[in-house]
Amino acid sequence: MSDEISLIAKLELSPSRVIIPFYEGKVNAGQSRFVSAAQDYEMKDLDLEEFLIQDPPATFIVQVARDADSMVDAGIHPECRLIVNRALAPRARSSNIVVAVVNGEFLVKRLFKRFKSVRLLSENKAKAYPPIDFTEDQELEIWGVVKHAIISFP
Amino acid sequence: MQLFHSLKRVLRRVFALADVNSMYASCEEAFRPDIRGKPVVVLSNNDGCVIAQNKLAKATLEIYMARPWFEIKEEAEKLGTIVFSSNYELYANMSNRFAAVMSRYSPRMEKYSIDEVFLEMTGIHVNYTDYGQTIRQDVKASTGLPICVGFGYSKTLSKLANHCAKKQDHWNGVCDFTSMSEDEIDAILATLPVDKVWGVGSRLAARLNKLGVHSVLRLKYADPKRIRDEFGVLLERTVRELNGEVWIEMEDELPEAKQVMSSRSFGVRASTMEDLSQAVAFHASIAAERMRGKGLYANGVYVFAQNSPHDQAEYYSGQLSVGFPAATNSTTKIIKTALWLLKKIYRPGVYYQKCGVMLLDTVSSCGLQSDMFGFTEGDPKSEALMDVMDRIKQKYPNNPVKSAAEGKVQAWKMQRNYLSPNYTGSWNELLEVR
Repeated sequence: MSDEISLIAKLELSPSRVIIPFYEGKVNAGQSRFVSAAQDYEMKDLDLEEFLIQDPPATFIVQVARDADSMVDAGIHPECRLIVNRALAPRARSSNIVVAVVNGEFLVKRLFKRFKSVRLLSENKAKAYPPIDFTEDQELEIWGVVKHAIISFP
Repeated sequence: MQLFHSLKRVLRRVFALADVNSMYASCEEAFRPDIRGKPVVVLSNNDGCVIAQNKLAKATLEIYMARPWFEIKEEAEKLGTIVFSSNYELYANMSNRFAAVMSRYSPRMEKYSIDEVFLEMTGIHVNYTDYGQTIRQDVKASTGLPICVGFGYSKTLSKLANHCAKKQDHWNGVCDFTSMSEDEIDAILATLPVDKVWGVGSRLAARLNKLGVHSVLRLKYADPKRIRDEFGVLLERTVRELNGEVWIEMEDELPEAKQVMSSRSFGVRASTMEDLSQAVAFHASIAAERMRGKGLYANGVYVFAQNSPHDQAEYYSGQLSVGFPAATNSTTKIIKTALWLLKKIYRPGVYYQKCGVMLLDTVSSCGLQSDMFGFTEGDPKSEALMDVMDRIKQKYPNNPVKSAAEGKVQAWKMQRNYLSPNYTGSWNELLEVR
């Protein structure tokens, strides 16, 4: 590169100097580009982000632990990724799948709310994990609502 | 006349400043509910000294700010302090999320710093206290970040209102000067030391103190002309802003970032051309990759290298830019050009603390012009190579494929012993749920 460039002009410009390079050697004259006529008909490609993420600043991607199988019946398998919307947490409804903070740990569970009863349910018939109950003095902290699970196949 | 007055009232400029409480610590806490209620400190580059702390750390460890970590390590750990290296990737991501939520609340926004956003509220006639609470709740729910909001008739006043909202609990995070009478505002300004004013640093404050100006109120009612003669036009502007006149405008952002930048401080100071070349090549390739990710081509490149202005040795900052004959997105061409610039600014014997590469005047591919000199893009071999390199990098984040100029051992990379995962930027470091 350096030997291609010889300097014919130096300009003092803030914040730094700008060098305008001058090229010696052969010039390919007559080069031009035609804009494709198809350009007018270009359509937008399918955009996965638009499909999966409605609220970008509030959307976080988390990963299910290798040995976490409590939600397999809901299609949430170990090591799969979850797309979580945090902004929906204050409005989480019964039957939403949520990421909750329990004893400083992040859990993914089905939210169940009915009258005064608030519970987090697992969905794994084979293992039948017990539900986690919340009382008035032990409030449930919801971190986000799970919108999608990404499962990849080999 | 009455119409004139009501119009003036309707059209009076109003500004809001929102800022994140203890930004760096709050970003870490957003992903670590288990450390809630504990003092948290964040260390500077290379784990040098404490640069940020949460409220609890401030209360118990006030004197630790800016102290070298190795000096206070033992005592801080005894107090159960949680320590983090600075995770700039994470903070930048969270900062963008914060700004994205803020942009919902005014058509005119200025991102002033990583944790501060100005909104122009002129013409938005709502109860600002309620509006501020809505903004706070939205930011908190969306990102997990706690913020405070201040409203005032100038940017300087909105910053002061924000300061009150942050330091005085009874505001509940939102302080609106525009809903107060002049006397009420003055009563507050009388309690604030003059160095809390935007643009008044400790040195300027010391000079003002000597003249008997201790409180913000005293500065507000100083004679602007005398201030200009004594301190210059900037402080005069500040005095007028304190009186509700608008002298500092909103600086709107460009719709599309025209520059792509990569820079970093060195883990170990670099002085040889070889070390510096490796770092510059690394930054050139990072910037090029980022730019290609946005589908852009650069019309020029800018390189800088500097030691620290706080060094004993003479401060040196070399910087130079050059335009490409035609826009390019090729890592090879960008590295070659950046290294050519580096040779021009390199000064032996300087222990460089920081260097970086910025790609200038970027254009999307449809705005591309070809040149007459054969440098032109569209070289199919080069584009295919770039594509393969980017894809390998995405698949293997440890980055096995590099341009040879980047070097193998990167001694100048930062030391970050207490680094949290890059939750928002790496598929291998996502938050784990059970």
